[in-house]
Formats: sequence, C-alpha cells, structure tokens
Amino acid sequence: MLEIRNLHVQIEDKKILNGLNLTVHDGEVAAIMGPNGSGKSTLSYVIAGKDDYEVLDGEILLNGENLLDMEPDARAAAGVFLAFQYPLEIPGVATMTFLKAALNAQRKARGDDELSTPDFMKRVRAGAERLHIPQDMLKRALNVGFSGGEKKRMEILQMALLEPTFCILDETDSGLDIDALKIAADGVNALRDPKRSFLVITHYQRLLNYIVPDTVHVMSSGQVVKSGGKELALELEANGYADYRSQAA
Amino acid sequence: MADLTPNVTPMRTAAENQLLALFPSVKARLPGASAERQQAYDAFAQAGLPHRRVEAWKYTDLRAVLREAAPLADVPSAALLGEVRAKPSPFAGLGPSLVIVDGVFEPSLSDLDALPAGVEALGLAGALGAAQPVANLGEAAVADDAVLALNAAFMTDGVVLRVAAGSKVETPVFVRFVRTGGEPRSTYTRVLVVVGEGASLTLGESREGPAGVAHQDNAVLEIVAGDRATVSHVVLNTEGRGSIDLSTVGVKLGAKCLFNTFALATAPALSRRQIFVHFAGENSKISLNGGALLNGRQHADTTLVVNHAVPHCESRELYKHVLDGESTGVFQGKIIVQPYAQKTDGQMMSQAVLLGDNATMNNKPELEIFADDVVCAHGATCGQLDDDLLFYLRARGLPKPDAEALMLQAFVGQALETIEDESIRGVLESVVEGWLKARM
Repeated sequence: MLEIRNLHVQIEDKKILNGLNLTVHDGEVAAIMGPNGSGKSTLSYVIAGKDDYEVLDGEILLNGENLLDMEPDARAAAGVFLAFQYPLEIPGVATMTFLKAALNAQRKARGDDELSTPDFMKRVRAGAERLHIPQDMLKRALNVGFSGGEKKRMEILQMALLEPTFCILDETDSGLDIDALKIAADGVNALRDPKRSFLVITHYQRLLNYIVPDTVHVMSSGQVVKSGGKELALELEANGYADYRSQAA
Repeated sequence: MADLTPNVTPMRTAAENQLLALFPSVKARLPGASAERQQAYDAFAQAGLPHRRVEAWKYTDLRAVLREAAPLADVPSAALLGEVRAKPSPFAGLGPSLVIVDGVFEPSLSDLDALPAGVEALGLAGALGAAQPVANLGEAAVADDAVLALNAAFMTDGVVLRVAAGSKVETPVFVRFVRTGGEPRSTYTRVLVVVGEGASLTLGESREGPAGVAHQDNAVLEIVAGDRATVSHVVLNTEGRGSIDLSTVGVKLGAKCLFNTFALATAPALSRRQIFVHFAGENSKISLNGGALLNGRQHADTTLVVNHAVPHCESRELYKHVLDGESTGVFQGKIIVQPYAQKTDGQMMSQAVLLGDNATMNNKPELEIFADDVVCAHGATCGQLDDDLLFYLRARGLPKPDAEALMLQAFVGQALETIEDESIRGVLESVVEGWLKARM
C-alpha cells in the first residue's frame, strides 16, 4: 500500500505540490488525471526519487517505509517502477545488457542470486513477445532510434521483468496510436495482480478504456481535489477540468 | 652598431643538459651509422625539449614536466628475462609476440618460430649493424619534432617486421614492450612495419611495466604500407603508474590502403601519442581512434597530423576521454588538405566526460584546407554525465556507481567498437571494466 501524506514539493522556488494526500491499496489501479501543470509528472518523479525536487514536507510510505529516505535505486529495489513519459536513449548500451544489469542489481539489493543467462533470456523473450517487441530490437542500443511506441513498449517490458509492486505509468498513452496503445495496455493488464498496484497518470480518458481503473483522482494546483470511481473519468472527458481549476487555490 | 636582437635562447633545463651530455657518452655503442644520429642530435640541441610555446606541444609542456632525463636502461640480466618470461602478455593466446625488454629486443622470449606465413621479423639493432642500410627506416616517421629527433639520435633497438606482398595475415602479431627495475630508466625503441602490396596485418602493442616507477619511454612506430594493404593496429598501455610514455607513430600509405589504429591509455603519469599520417596514394582510408581513462594528476595527449597530399582519401578520428580527479586530457587534430587533394573526406570527433571538478580537457582541432572540393568536419564535446540518464538508470535499480560505470563503459565503448578484431577488443574492454570497477 502506498500512502502519500501532506506532500509539499518545490522546484527552483516554485511550489508544485501543495499538501497532496493519496492512498493506493494493494492490487488497486488508481488513475490520476488533471490539467497541464497540475503537478502529475512531478508527483511521479518525487515518488521515484529524482533529486531535482525539494520536498518541503510530508511523507511517501510504501508498505510503511518512507521512500523519501531512500535513494532512487533503493526505491526501485523496494518495488517502485516509473514508466517514463519520455524514456531516455542510452547510446552504446545494448538493451539486453541494460535489462540484465537492472534485473540483477535489483535481485542483489533484495538478497537474491543473479539470474542465469538462459533463465534471463527466457524471461526477456517471453515478455518481448507479449509486447510485440522484435528480438533484434533487444540487441540494439536502448531506445536509440526506437519510435515513440517502441519506447513505451520497452518501458512495459522492463516493468514486466523487474516485477515491481508499485508501478507508475507517466502518460504512457502520449504519442501512441490506437494499436500501440492497446498493446501497451494489454501488457499492463497482464501484470495486474492483487499484490501489485498502479498509478496511471494521463490527460485523457481514452487510456482508461483499456486500463480500467478502480479509482480516479483529479489533481489541480498540486493537490488531489476529487476522488471517485472509474465513472469520474467519463465525467471529466465530458466536462473538462474547468470545475476543478479554482478549487485548490 | 650594437646588435639589439634579444637573445631568446632559453636557458637549458637539467633534463636538456643531461640529454645533451648523454649522446657523446653513448654514441660509440649505439648501432648503425652515426651520421644520421648526429644530425638528429644536432636538431634536438637546436630545439631543446618541446614546451608550451611550441604550438604542437601547447598543452603538454614537456620541458617543464621532465625534470630529469633518466639514464638509459641497462641491458636486462638473465634473471630479469626469466621474470619477464613468466609474466603473461595481456594478449596471451591471441597470436605470437615479439618481446622488447627495457628497450632491447629479446629473440629468446619472442615467438619467432610461430610467426604467420609471409611475416618476417628481426631485431632492429642487428639490422642497423649490418652493412646495408635498413630499407624504409625513417620513411614514415617524418616530422620536425624534438621527441622524434631524440628517438632518431638514441634508438637502441626494436623490431623490423615485413609482410610479404599479397600475404593476408589472419593471426595478429604482437609487440610487447616490457619494463623492469625499480629505478627510473629511459628507453628509445623503434619498430618498423613494412606491409607489402595487397598484404594485410593486425599489429597489437602492449606496454607493460612495474607500478610507480617513473620510467621514460620514447617509442617510434613506422608503418609503410604498399598499395591495397590493410593494417590494423591496437595499443594497450598498462605500464605502471608513474611512467612517461612518449610515442610517435608515422604512417605512410600507398593507394587503396585501409589503416585503423586504436590506443587505450589508463596507466602512464604522462602520455603523449603523436600520429603523423601521410597519404601518398589515392583512395585510401584511415580510422584513428582512442580512449583515455585518467585520474589523479595523469595527463594524456593525443596529437594527430593527417596530411591529405593526394585526392580521394578519407580520414576518420574518434577519441574519448574520461577524466577524473585532477587529470588532463589533450586532443589536437590537424587535417591538412593539399591544394590538389580534391574529394578529401575528413571527419574528426573528440569527446570528453569530466568526472572530477578539477579535471581539464583541451581540444584543438585544426583544419588546413587548400583544396575547394572537400568534405571536412570536426567536433568536440566536453561535459559531465547526463543527470537525467543517470536517474533513469537508478530508477531501474542500478546503484549510482554502477549506473555511472555503465554510462562510461558505453561512452568509451563507442570508440572501442572501431577495433575490428573481437578478441583484441575484448582485452581492451576488460581493461576499461577494470578501471571502472576500481573507481566504484
């Protein structure tokens, strides 16, 4: 279970999050919606541990542990996974090499043995097939020359391999056509599990047709201003964010 | 009228005086004709050690750095040779080695019987002592440079390697420069490689020596390639920390040649690697590459002079520096395109990652283009590891040192990829990995 209590965050003297509260239970898929600039991406980065942000107050507890005391890699080992809105390119590092390094680093941090190469290959191949990722892409440098859709699918593949307990999808739908969106959503849905929860950040309701959330939270001016069931997303799609823009101020 | 011209001859340093005094005392026992040596010595006496006001040495003030010229290395004893014999080459198992110990070619340690067909090797001292002059010696290493002049004056020994025309040599041949002893000594070696028309050769060099001894090495490699020859060359320097490694490579290429070189420097206190390439025939291609991983107060200088004297040749350069601590990297790349060298294609790139707050990178690309139908480009980047990329890797679970190591490995890896021989590349990759691990 993830609990965020009274989170205040600023970047370069600009307040982005203003006392945000949010609880996501095990197995829950929570959607975060909100207008541009409401602090959605900041929230995802702060949970994952990017150090550009200054946390002024509050805590983020994952199963009772305060993530804010941990380095980004320790958070990953504790089960946090952020699927980036803009996955980064790493020239010179083969995708396979990167996946193995990441997986083994997390296993090491958890006290597990490194995976044998055949076991590792088997897992990668199975995951790649589900996400329609061709094998030769795995030999290429990570994300270099990949299309927007390929990058997003690669993020989901990483998520599947690393088996996190708390997954953040930061605008995974941005830049995806409808077919790519379905593939990505299928990949996510296959990972739904009573012990794994998701925070799905999006502007649009469309993604939520494919990844159906249990709860929907509306963010505005750095706070959660309304929470509800999946029907709230449809309401937002119909009425826009106008009703919420002023509430937090 | 009084001569008012100021006397600008600088005062000689201790090292310069030692070098000047050394020559008369040893010249009688240096092999070969003494006239050329005397001429080179005179040129050095005129120029002195290169310093920062000599443009080609702007960032490597050898005159200031070289406080003392170490005495010439002694001929290695039988006991020392035994030690060297027991020490495996970093390229062990990849091909036959020719071994030079403390500047002396040692046939007994060399795999002369295992040389591939078409390859002939002999000691330089013996060749210099013969009645006939050594063909091609001094043909490729031509430059107005005091360090090259010192080598020409003092060269004691080395190897002459000839590859017969048409011989496609598959097995790489290695030259090992092994240093011994605990007191700083200097060596002056020269390796001459003549690759016949249509022949091919992969040449690996390793520089090995004890850690912490301020040995001084002045090595010259000359490569003379006939038409349609292919030469791949790789240098690995793991010589102990403390050494001063001055190395000059002269390359002369006929028509339709391919030449590729890579040098990796991690060890010396100071290294200067100067490469002079002369295109003598059309449609030849070269690829000059290297990497340096430095920390502490290490200093690595790569200086290239590529002379496009004929049309239709192509040159590529890619150099990567990883600079930690207070280390200094220098890249100087000069591409000269002569007036009639049309359709020249030259591209040069130098990239550096500065890890230490007090690390320095000096980039000086120079294009001297006298032809009007050419494509020449150069680029240089200098920066720190990308924070966003670092976060991405850490968010996937890689601890910071591992994430940095992976990024640096990838950074240097792009240059290492230019090494065609996979086994040799593997050896260099593991040296890079070792350096990165030691940093973690």
